[in-house]
Amino acid sequence: MTARPDHVTDRVTDRVTGLVRALRSHGIRIGTGETVDAAAALAALGLDDRERVREGLAAALLHQESQRAVFDPVFELYFPLGVGGPDGSDTHRKAAGRGADRDGLRDRLADALAADDQALIGQLAVEAVDGFGGYGSSPGSDGWSSHQTLDRLAPETLLARVLAAIRAGSAAQGGEFTERLEADEIRRRIEGFRERVRTEARRRVAERRGAEEIARRAVAPSAERVDFLLAGRAHLDELRRAVHPLARKLATRLAARRRRAAHGSIDLRRTLRGSLSTGGVPMRPVLRRRRPARPELVLLCDVSGSVAGFANFTMLLVQALHDQFSKVRVFAFVNRVDEVTGLLAHGVADPAGLGGRILGEATVTGWHGSSDYGTALGEFAERYLDAVGPRSTVFILGDARTNMSDPNLPALRQISERARQVYWLNPEQRGQWSTGDSAADAYAELVEMRECRNAVQLGGLIARLLPV
Amino acid sequence: MTTGYFTSVDDVAARLAETGYLASPAVATTVFLADRLGKPLLVEGPAGVGKTELAKAVAEVADARLVRLQCYEGVDESRALYEWNHAKQLLRITAGRDESWDETRTDIFSEEFLLSRPLLTAIRGAQPKVLLIDETDKADVEVEGLLLEVLSDFQVTVPELGTISAERRPFVVLTSNASRELSEALRRRCLFLHIGFPDEELERRIVRLKVPGLDEALAASVVRVVGALRAMDLRKAPSVAETIDWARTLLALGADTLDETVVRDSLGVVLKHQDDVLKASAKLDLDAV
Repeated sequence: MTARPDHVTDRVTDRVTGLVRALRSHGIRIGTGETVDAAAALAALGLDDRERVREGLAAALLHQESQRAVFDPVFELYFPLGVGGPDGSDTHRKAAGRGADRDGLRDRLADALAADDQALIGQLAVEAVDGFGGYGSSPGSDGWSSHQTLDRLAPETLLARVLAAIRAGSAAQGGEFTERLEADEIRRRIEGFRERVRTEARRRVAERRGAEEIARRAVAPSAERVDFLLAGRAHLDELRRAVHPLARKLATRLAARRRRAAHGSIDLRRTLRGSLSTGGVPMRPVLRRRRPARPELVLLCDVSGSVAGFANFTMLLVQALHDQFSKVRVFAFVNRVDEVTGLLAHGVADPAGLGGRILGEATVTGWHGSSDYGTALGEFAERYLDAVGPRSTVFILGDARTNMSDPNLPALRQISERARQVYWLNPEQRGQWSTGDSAADAYAELVEMRECRNAVQLGGLIARLLPV
Repeated sequence: MTTGYFTSVDDVAARLAETGYLASPAVATTVFLADRLGKPLLVEGPAGVGKTELAKAVAEVADARLVRLQCYEGVDESRALYEWNHAKQLLRITAGRDESWDETRTDIFSEEFLLSRPLLTAIRGAQPKVLLIDETDKADVEVEGLLLEVLSDFQVTVPELGTISAERRPFVVLTSNASRELSEALRRRCLFLHIGFPDEELERRIVRLKVPGLDEALAASVVRVVGALRAMDLRKAPSVAETIDWARTLLALGADTLDETVVRDSLGVVLKHQDDVLKASAKLDLDAV
């Protein structure tokens, strides 16, 4: 590697290193080599075309497509489209909305959406934030809000108008079939506009507070790193899409480990016994006989509201991994236990409705709707203990919040005595275990409890904890 | 350092377009950088968006020889790098019965008995080359180890001969469908490019280019429907290859416009799972298939 190319100025170098720092703080691993590459890329591309700069930096710094979701917003902060408001000045309109023409902007936005003019839509997003996004009057308490902008502008209410405008324009062509796609297309365009407004507001705020702080706080982590307990609807959908790639990765890792283990080791005792006929010279090494490799898996999932996202994701992941196990059985509970293995098999076609179906078709609640680990564990030990055997690994998923009822430790002990191993995956932060009504530490004394807060952690845990 | 096939990003885009490969700005930028920085290009993305085609197009544009290593489970050093020509070596030994052992031994491990496989081929010789390592994710992890030496220093070490370095750097494209996670070490040596589905306008141009006889309005409708299908969260979202297939099918069927019947009858060209067909039909309000 050579030193920094001469014609990359210090200012740009600072930007690049700042960008790298921000990306690293979001868990993207970037080495010095890549940073140098990024600078070299800028030197080769020049700074004239922003999209090229963006693609060039992404190519040099990123290693995976999933990192793009973090990269793009951070890039916007370090290589902003412009400075200040649309006219270049930082006119902070105190009584936002008064000076700006809301209806006029909405009209122009509707036209731009109908024409799908991306450049104009971007420009209108800038204007919108400038006109409607400012709040506060004193320095320090003022800022720019995308939420407020979108609230005042309500772009989603433009749908009917845009649709009508398009229909009026294309009446002559009469492409009847594609008409039914239009509403969805326009919804996507509007979502695109909303995203641009968010980006613009972040940029304006970053100007006041410094890009570094905003990059750290305001850029959402990628779906794989989102806390299960905090994940919103959109993230859960994204997580569901991540199930299959993650399962595939895990499957190859598990298969590779199994293959390596299959080479086996030498059984010394039997080798020596066999060597008696050759006068104690071990001519024929005897390999240790291997036990059947595929583990049996039993999942015991809390599906109550608070942790349902986590449980659903884990169930889908295990389902996607099914050919890695000789047998998988899944049980769900809130305060009563029921087997849902069958439901899950059908659930592959419609993962989104899984949680609803479990709650609807399985008996997981008794007389109240809050989770009760003691009763559930007790019922499991009573009714389904034969599902657990010396070859099975049991994963219990839940936050161990018993709502003040008896944790029923003997039942858990009974399960753990029968199983080969039991792991408890807890989606709560370790610091919160055993606060309030959580019985986490009591359970953790009986079985190994691990913190499991996002998809990355879960993947790692499953790969590590399963027997070969 | 550089392979020196291109002079600018615009040059990349223009010349690739001449061969019939329409590059998005991201593709053109990254190809230019890979060329300028002399780094391998790791291309990921769903099947059928033109990852392999990109390597072929670059080779054609640069007037370079395309050396292709198709990876599969079990591909190994002797398939990827080089192999000794044992048969020829044996012949050499039997032909020279009267020689002393020393003469024979030094002789049979020389260039003459070396069979060059893709990686070595790409490195040797002064003519311009494009090395395509296709479906890298299908190969075992050990193969990645082999690639590391080739991709970082453009050299191959043959124990009997010593290190062979590239006289001229090949332009390297690795493709992957991400069915296995490639090692961090390999990724670090490459520039990364994800080719996703193209935007509507680009896809329309691609369809028009690949299926010249198709009516412009119909091409636009096809692209719109495919776009809607992609937004549906299907098991296998249709790729550019499927869009083109569909366009060709419609042309063959002699359809002038997309209507319900045509779509219903030809949806199987675009979608590859029955679940997906049912789901799409429901969402597009087609009558039961």
